[in-house]
Amino acid sequence: MDDTRLYAGKAVEEKTYKMKENKARNRFEKLVEAVFLFCAFIAVLSVAVITLFVFARGGPFILEYGIGKFILGRQWQPLGDVFGILPMIIASIAGTFGAILVGVPIGIMTAVFLSEIAPSKIADITRPAVDLLAGIPSVVYGFFGLVVIVPLIDKWFGGGGNSLLAIIIILAVMILPTVVSISEAALRAVPREYREGSLAMGASQMQTIFKVVIPAAKSGILAAVVLGIGRAIGETMAVILVGGNTALIPDSILDRVRTMTANIAIEMGYAFGMHQDALFATGVILFIFIMGLNILLNLLTSKAGD
Amino acid sequence: MRDNSIKDRILRGLVWLSAFVTMGMLVWILTYVLMKGMGSLSWAFLTEMARGDGEGGILPMIVTTFYVIAISIAMATPIGICAAIYLVEYAKPGKLVRTIRFATESLAGIPSIIFGLFGFLFFVTVLHFKFSILSGALTLSIMVLPTIVRTTEEALKAVPQSYREGSLGLGASKLSTIMNVVLPSAVPGILAAVILSVGRIIGETAAIYMTVGMAPYIPKGFMESGRTLSVHLYLLAKEGISFEKAYATAAVLIIIVAFLNFIANKTASALNRNR
Repeated sequence: MDDTRLYAGKAVEEKTYKMKENKARNRFEKLVEAVFLFCAFIAVLSVAVITLFVFARGGPFILEYGIGKFILGRQWQPLGDVFGILPMIIASIAGTFGAILVGVPIGIMTAVFLSEIAPSKIADITRPAVDLLAGIPSVVYGFFGLVVIVPLIDKWFGGGGNSLLAIIIILAVMILPTVVSISEAALRAVPREYREGSLAMGASQMQTIFKVVIPAAKSGILAAVVLGIGRAIGETMAVILVGGNTALIPDSILDRVRTMTANIAIEMGYAFGMHQDALFATGVILFIFIMGLNILLNLLTSKAGD
Repeated sequence: MRDNSIKDRILRGLVWLSAFVTMGMLVWILTYVLMKGMGSLSWAFLTEMARGDGEGGILPMIVTTFYVIAISIAMATPIGICAAIYLVEYAKPGKLVRTIRFATESLAGIPSIIFGLFGFLFFVTVLHFKFSILSGALTLSIMVLPTIVRTTEEALKAVPQSYREGSLGLGASKLSTIMNVVLPSAVPGILAAVILSVGRIIGETAAIYMTVGMAPYIPKGFMESGRTLSVHLYLLAKEGISFEKAYATAAVLIIIVAFLNFIANKTASALNRNR
């Protein structure tokens, strides 16, 4: 009798104990979930803090100096307190545009090669090669540009070689991996039936690729281009090494130029006071360009997701 | 018909040519830098102290690079993994998740020079960490966070749903299912994320230059400045200090990156085989 009662008592005890344990466990699980959420939220926090700090430091300068005078000014003379960054904006846009003009067609065609026509053995070599191209540090690209591309430009066209053209060539190579891998993924996502249907209608393989597959992969390829633009406009070290860094509006593709990124990196080391504020302000303008691209990219990818 | 076939041939030729140009650029860069750099690459170069501003060996740069990598990865990896777990295992679609995703994408799109500006402003100046390994590592850990989150997310998504159902069905809680079943199966993917991030940190210049500085000595602690390999190469090339040393440093960088890529590919194929 005593035994049964004992057992019954123990069971009850165990049950309440278990319930308590469950409650504790639930609370623990909730706590861990909150920690996970917090970690996920760090990305949001980081973007907010970065934006806040850069704008808080550079924004007041732009307002004080005059936004028109700052972004449309053609003179950059920190010693005379003249801060116009139009030459840098033009250099950044021209360099990026040129790189896109050269790099995007080559990149898309390489993606077509990988996804549509390369024999699998060749594709198996090319794909890691593209990955490696993505992994090469930007300063190595810049160094290669400095010792190979710049002298070549000087030899063929004269003018010393440090030029907008050198920037365009190096950036075109640097955006290749981005354009290739994202475009390839987009091309691969096109259903096989599209190709089969087109081929069955009597279209050739090339007609199928260029009239059916590429148009179907349009939004993915556009996303690749936007990412390429972002990489090109934000590139700093490679551009400094090959561009010549003269803060003047270029008349020709062979002129020395200085991009917004180069402006910040070159002068940050010794700038102070108003000069330093002006560099942060350059960062703000660059940041606005990048944010615009991010929003565009978000629109493109969310459209592709539908 | 004939017109088409000529057009076809031209297009096909262009496609092959483009692939050839892409491959050609890689081969050109690799062979040029390696051929020029191998000559001055020696054991002494790798293990000696730097003299002056560019002569001598690159031991201090190797050590500094290693410190920056170790601390950045140590900070970014746990946060990145936890974030990915939340996004894949807990999050319900909605405004919060959209915000987090947009922020992660935006973070990935911010150029390194902006990270440099921020790191200089926040860690170096406001928090008084000065030009130091710590300032750089904190900046870089934010920079590589999106890479770790996205790659880990992919790895978690690739774990079959039946694994989770099996574990939950046996009475395991959600958390212990994640910790004991889901995460272990995602290890190769997470490893790939870490390797990718290491490569990104090694190659980074602008952000490190503005947060770690460029002191060419072995840092005695995390609060001291140092010079990573990439920054060293930048200074050698920019100031024209020594092209011979610059080639050798570039060769070292390329060899490390190629090695990391090789490992990442091996890990990825191990992952595919497991599926």
